[in-house]
Amino acid sequence: MRALNDIYIITRRQLLLLSRVPEVLIFSTIQPVMFVLLFRYVFGGSIDTGQPGGYVQLLMPGIFVQTVAFTLAGTASGLAEDMKKGLIDRFRSLPISQSALVIGRTLGDSLLNIVVLAVMGIAGYVVGWRPSSGIGNIALGFLFLLFFGYALSWVGVLVGLSASDARVVQNVSFIVTFPLTFLSNAFAPTTGMPRALQYFAEWNPVSTMVAACRELFGLENQFGATAGSFPSEHPLVTSLFYMVVIMVIFIPLSLRKYRNYAE
Amino acid sequence: MKTVIAENLVKTYDKGKVRALDGLNLDVEEGTVLSVLGPNGAGKTTVVRILTTLLRADSGNAQVAGIDVVNNPEKVREVIGLSGQYAAVDEILTGYDNLVMFGELYHLGKKQAVVRANELLERFSLTEAAKRPIKTYSGGMRRRLDLAASLIVKPKVLFLDEPTTGLDPRGRQEMWGVIQELVKGGVTLLLTTQYLEEADQLADDIAVIDTGKVIARGTSDALKKQVGGERLEVVVEQQHIAKTMEIVSAVSGHTAGLDEGLRLITAPVSTGSVALFEVLKSLDSAGIHALDVGLKRPSLDDVFLALTGHTAEVKVEEKEVKK
Repeated sequence: MRALNDIYIITRRQLLLLSRVPEVLIFSTIQPVMFVLLFRYVFGGSIDTGQPGGYVQLLMPGIFVQTVAFTLAGTASGLAEDMKKGLIDRFRSLPISQSALVIGRTLGDSLLNIVVLAVMGIAGYVVGWRPSSGIGNIALGFLFLLFFGYALSWVGVLVGLSASDARVVQNVSFIVTFPLTFLSNAFAPTTGMPRALQYFAEWNPVSTMVAACRELFGLENQFGATAGSFPSEHPLVTSLFYMVVIMVIFIPLSLRKYRNYAE
Repeated sequence: MKTVIAENLVKTYDKGKVRALDGLNLDVEEGTVLSVLGPNGAGKTTVVRILTTLLRADSGNAQVAGIDVVNNPEKVREVIGLSGQYAAVDEILTGYDNLVMFGELYHLGKKQAVVRANELLERFSLTEAAKRPIKTYSGGMRRRLDLAASLIVKPKVLFLDEPTTGLDPRGRQEMWGVIQELVKGGVTLLLTTQYLEEADQLADDIAVIDTGKVIARGTSDALKKQVGGERLEVVVEQQHIAKTMEIVSAVSGHTAGLDEGLRLITAPVSTGSVALFEVLKSLDSAGIHALDVGLKRPSLDDVFLALTGHTAEVKVEEKEVKK
């Protein structure tokens, strides 16, 4: 019970920080909104999808996944900041559950994702995104997105605790996240890519997540699904598998790193 | 009763290449202040981190308030307060928010945490700044808030790791005032510092450490006596410095120290005016005219010099605390 209380207080701290620096929230939403506008109006016109409702139907799930994928960077740089300021030492010298700080951090970042996804959903609606699968499946789609963000947040914990400098964290997170989100089916069909890349894109967790979300939002067409391959036939199961694997690997690693971080 | 005990602590970094602690022994009597004094890199912070459970020693034992640091870190954390080299508070949050949050993390409950936060803000003259984010605080105010955060549950032992490093003289004075108040209240305190004056001002007992070991231990008076009571000072022209250092070292029996800017040569002496006379005689026969000669009561600087062979005047990068 004490541990839960500790986690709750740390999570609340994250929210308090957000309310004190609303810029963080504004910038975490401006960038994806810009992506929406860019792809919808600049590239979207020349991408022929055959999708009723147009490119934006396929685009929005891609943008959602990309947005939650950046949770990795958010968690990592937040922790690196705390470390730099010596805050982690203070927390570790308190009689609190030793994992509360990192668990609270990942939960707080997920709560931020709820707000960001809500803003993104509204932005999508404004530019013509109309999911057609019914409220239950749409909610499930967003739950999937939050879960994915949460899993990546644990990768962020490890990156944040391992880096020597907050600026390095930014770069490392970017290098990890950027190719994953673009070498995928998020924005364009993978069928136009060279064979090797197609293969990567197909099994890329970002792609399976995007495909899963498209399915949950009621879309037929899935960019570059090679007919018959496992991830394209079963994007939901594959994505779920990835998320569980990420958490099974990274939660223990991150917690261990946190306990021993001073060494 | 000994409230803090450290026995034979060894800590190495970089796979044994760097020996931060090399069999360090320490103890703090209940209700007293021990200052761990040493230059940068002597191992001060490492000791504090081990005693506050942040770091595990490679070998050795440590107890805080009778609790084993390695076997029972959770219990230790309940009875200690730590204020580190950096003011470890959340910059974006206000002073009040910080203290309430830490109070809740000490499981005081919201109501009690608020009461305690207000008490501490009042006590450290921060009530006016309570609702401002920490980033608007001066360096001294941050340190005071950090100290306040470490006192939320009236710890049995308080650890202050270089509480005034990086503060301007006024901030330092304020901090000393605050710490002296605490000491009057009877707290058991382990304080590290590289400022000899600070140790002299605040501590009952001083442990001088260098390269991971305690090289001397005692009250400031006892340490001064150990060095030989008095100190000889000679100022000469530039060209006579080398020869004069030789003479002073020979008379003192300790290697003389030199302040190049002042052309001041100093060494501890135990024979007072006799030593002074000998030095004058030797200088005279060497044809050196001293610009100034005198005997001074020893300072802790001399203690340090005599014990370690180098001065404690470490060039610290005094980071300008961001306003």
